[in-house]
Amino acid sequence: MPKDAPRRWDRRMQQRLAHGEAAALGELYDHFASLVHGLAHRVLGDVAAADRITREVFTHVWENPEAYDPKQGPLRSWIAMLAHQQAVRRLRQTESAALARGGEGTTEDLERTVRRASAAARADYIVTAMPAPLRAALELAYFQRRDYRQTAADLGVTEDEARRRLRLGLQLLSTAHDTAPSEEPTDTGAHGYGRAL
Amino acid sequence: MTRPDQPDPYEDDGTGPEDAAAFDPAGRPGPSGSGAPRIPAPRVSVEDSGGPLPEGWGTPERGAGGGASGAGADLGAGPDAGAAPGAGAGAPDPEAAAAADATAYARTESEAGTGAGAGAASDGGVGMGARDADGFDHQVLKSLLGAWALAACSAQESMAVEEHLGSCGPCADEALRLREAVGLLHPEESLDLDPGLRTRVLESCLGRRPPRIPLPEWAAPYDAETARLDALLQDIGDAEWHAPVRLRWFEDDRPVSRKTTVAGVIAHLLAVDGLVGTALGLQDPLGPEAPPVPDPTRRTEAYWRASHFPPTRAVRGPWRDQTHELIRTVSFAGGGSGRLAVEYGIADEVAGADGPRVELPLRDSMVERAFECWIHAEDIAEAVDYPYEPPSPRHLHHMIDLAARMLPTTLAERRRSGRAAPSRELVAAGAPGRSLRLEVEGVGGGEWFIPLDSPGASGSAESEVAHIALDGVEFCRLAAGHVAPEEAAAGQLGDREAIRDVLFAAASLSRL
Repeated sequence: MPKDAPRRWDRRMQQRLAHGEAAALGELYDHFASLVHGLAHRVLGDVAAADRITREVFTHVWENPEAYDPKQGPLRSWIAMLAHQQAVRRLRQTESAALARGGEGTTEDLERTVRRASAAARADYIVTAMPAPLRAALELAYFQRRDYRQTAADLGVTEDEARRRLRLGLQLLSTAHDTAPSEEPTDTGAHGYGRAL
Repeated sequence: MTRPDQPDPYEDDGTGPEDAAAFDPAGRPGPSGSGAPRIPAPRVSVEDSGGPLPEGWGTPERGAGGGASGAGADLGAGPDAGAAPGAGAGAPDPEAAAAADATAYARTESEAGTGAGAGAASDGGVGMGARDADGFDHQVLKSLLGAWALAACSAQESMAVEEHLGSCGPCADEALRLREAVGLLHPEESLDLDPGLRTRVLESCLGRRPPRIPLPEWAAPYDAETARLDALLQDIGDAEWHAPVRLRWFEDDRPVSRKTTVAGVIAHLLAVDGLVGTALGLQDPLGPEAPPVPDPTRRTEAYWRASHFPPTRAVRGPWRDQTHELIRTVSFAGGGSGRLAVEYGIADEVAGADGPRVELPLRDSMVERAFECWIHAEDIAEAVDYPYEPPSPRHLHHMIDLAARMLPTTLAERRRSGRAAPSRELVAAGAPGRSLRLEVEGVGGGEWFIPLDSPGASGSAESEVAHIALDGVEFCRLAAGHVAPEEAAAGQLGDREAIRDVLFAAASLSRL
């Protein structure tokens, strides 16, 4: 199975981090820093804030490598989730603080802002993590403005297949709108990840 | 790349009554749920709705207007849509399994929640096989939903789909959901990470939990420079890997150059880093092609020659893997391994391979590789027209210090071949001798006293006969053969012969 190699890499990385290998931390950063920073920036829209989230996420992983459970999914997903949660939490904090200081808007506005930022960040992740054929089809149809027949020709697949890819790609993307419990104001952290951040 | 603002599917632009449902926090199906047919409003362009039109944002009809956050769409459950994201395990289709990974983190998060949309819902069996007026059957119309949401089908198909949505609840639900998903698409953001962030993040981590296997301090410049170059390579396009690069250095006191490509430069770094790797017992990237004499130029030529085709971006992986392996290996070997000798070829071409070898201790050789990595990263950045900053002051200091320490030996070699003035005085080993004060300005700079008459002598302020002052980055470019010795020093004072000898010796440190 092609998925075995990356999972082995994930487990190995976890062991090396647990072992306290500084070189592993550097490699971890090289692999995931743009992912973490990109997600945080999508949610918070601010470079300095995204820098801070990046530091917090890597610190958390370095201090708690055992918190990652390879059975739950790839390391990449776990780190993306940590980044996402932490960024959304920060957004909620800053927005609430602004509201408390007498800023414009209502708590509903706040929730809407948070939900919107959260979905946008999750969509980014889904697009980068979806299978390349689906991403390529969306890229052609959306950014290059090719219709599905042209998309099929460009990709060398049948028109049926082009339609299938476009639909499946959007279906995957649409899950970005599913609300996660971590984004509820109570922040109960029902799923164990990231509470110690 | 600048990112156009994302058109907001939630923008309250009054496009339809379903806007009210768009804010359902749980993403639950609207009251009309499945069953009852719901006709989505015609797609509304940003212009029509009077909202701001983001610059460069696709065709007008692509920025979909408001839409209900419909759920319960048959997410990938249909026979034509592969496995649902939630059903990745054991899926026979590898693409579908990978698709499951794509939403893995979204899925994990929604496990305890509503699970809306993430579960597989079966098709309602509505109108299976039934034909619409235009001769499209339900299956075909359903398969068109993605293309329709992206405005990527013909006008006739669009009309047929929209007509169908009026009579088919499940398709109408999915149509809304997919159209909303389109609003989440936007150009990939390429936000350059501040290279300093890496250092800050890693230092912060290591401060919180000290590593059991730290990086030797002398390996830090290599770690940082290879990471910076890799980030540059990450950003460049396929074609740019073949952009011409002119490698420049000094040979026989004259500037020489050699043409290669961006990928060729990385191949060069890979081949020469392999010198250090093999000294540590790592696998030689050159394999059987490795020349018997471990010399940077010979190794590079051998690597370039060995491939029938010019190197491509495929060389990045092996290069990066080797850099990571090197860093890891020296970390495990510990700081004490810094004295281990790394061979850099033969010292005397006449004596040949049996004669003495040029060696650097591992700690210096890692700094030398960091230096080369930076210099060649600059060559690449220039070729593809990207900005590139000098190393951090601390690392720059290591590099300047190494070059300064290599100068006395280089001077002695040049004296032997008549390229530098003969010694003026005999100095006992370790005793202070005539010296040149090398003052390197700027962050990362400092002051070095270069003994002029013998590498065994110690440099000293009391015996200073000449003084040159130049900028740190400028000094490094001189040592890389990128700046002519005659043009290097900003300030010169004292013995002109000594100054000339030292500047030319610095330039002669460079090679391919």
